[in-house]
Amino acid sequence: MFDIYDFYEKMEDGKIMLSFKGEITSDLLTSILHIMESKLDNIGEEPKLKKKVYNVLVECLQNLYHHNDGTGNQNLVKSDNQNSALFLIGRSDNSTYKIITGNYILKENVTDFESKLERINSMNKDELKEYYINTLSNESFSDKGGGGLGMIDIARKSGQKFEYNFTPINNIYSFFSLIIKVTQ
Amino acid sequence: MEILSIDISPKTPFVKFNAQDGKLEFRGRSIPENSIEFYTPIFEWIDKYSIQPKGETNVNIQLEYFNTSSSKCLLDIFKKLQSLHISSKSKVTVTWYYEEDDEDMLEAGEDYQAIIKVPFVMSKI
Repeated sequence: MFDIYDFYEKMEDGKIMLSFKGEITSDLLTSILHIMESKLDNIGEEPKLKKKVYNVLVECLQNLYHHNDGTGNQNLVKSDNQNSALFLIGRSDNSTYKIITGNYILKENVTDFESKLERINSMNKDELKEYYINTLSNESFSDKGGGGLGMIDIARKSGQKFEYNFTPINNIYSFFSLIIKVTQ
Repeated sequence: MEILSIDISPKTPFVKFNAQDGKLEFRGRSIPENSIEFYTPIFEWIDKYSIQPKGETNVNIQLEYFNTSSSKCLLDIFKKLQSLHISSKSKVTVTWYYEEDDEDMLEAGEDYQAIIKVPFVMSKI
């Protein structure tokens, strides 16, 4: 039988505040943000850090909402998980928040996206500011909005390097895993 | 011209634009998934206002949070105000409010200041 206690302990050890697996809808996104805001208030998180965490959460969740390549596609191995994404947030004792996301990405999009992440990770604070301003003022945006600003913004707010991985799933998909740390 | 008034919601700000006194006000958070949908009536109002604006236009922006999808829409608003300002039809001033310890919000205002040629006043709450 699936070891529920083991699963519970892992969540406990990881200081998981909230986790979700499934389709990220607009209503769900609103609920998660609402719950997380209450939790951050309840633990009396320092306002500056609370704002950073909230900002990063908004961008992460909206990335999952807008950019899940699996959405509506029938080519996944497991037919029931095409709209699925994973989201977790944990908080360690030294007030470091860890936001973990996982979602399907089309293999054809991996190279561009990976080089973008590498570029962001190679930049310092000032370079990120310049990259953000250039992207904001020069690039056109889709209806989805972001226009590639989301990840740059997350990097600026978190002040930490992204940890990420692309796991090949089949000929069409990879699974994109991302860990974002937010500290004071 | 009619006053544009939009009530505050969990994901969108309170908006009040008054053509009579040239005061444009934003307050709250702007984190909608589809920001273009929310901002379109605002763009249209500013376009109409720009035909016969007041001599002075004061824009007050007091945002707690905004997402990157809104950041592009805010830029589009500032671009419209920049055209108005450059045309000399109205003297535009943007006051960007930020909470004392909110460096990220101050920096966000400075990002716009770097792009837009309209006087920005950074104001601590």
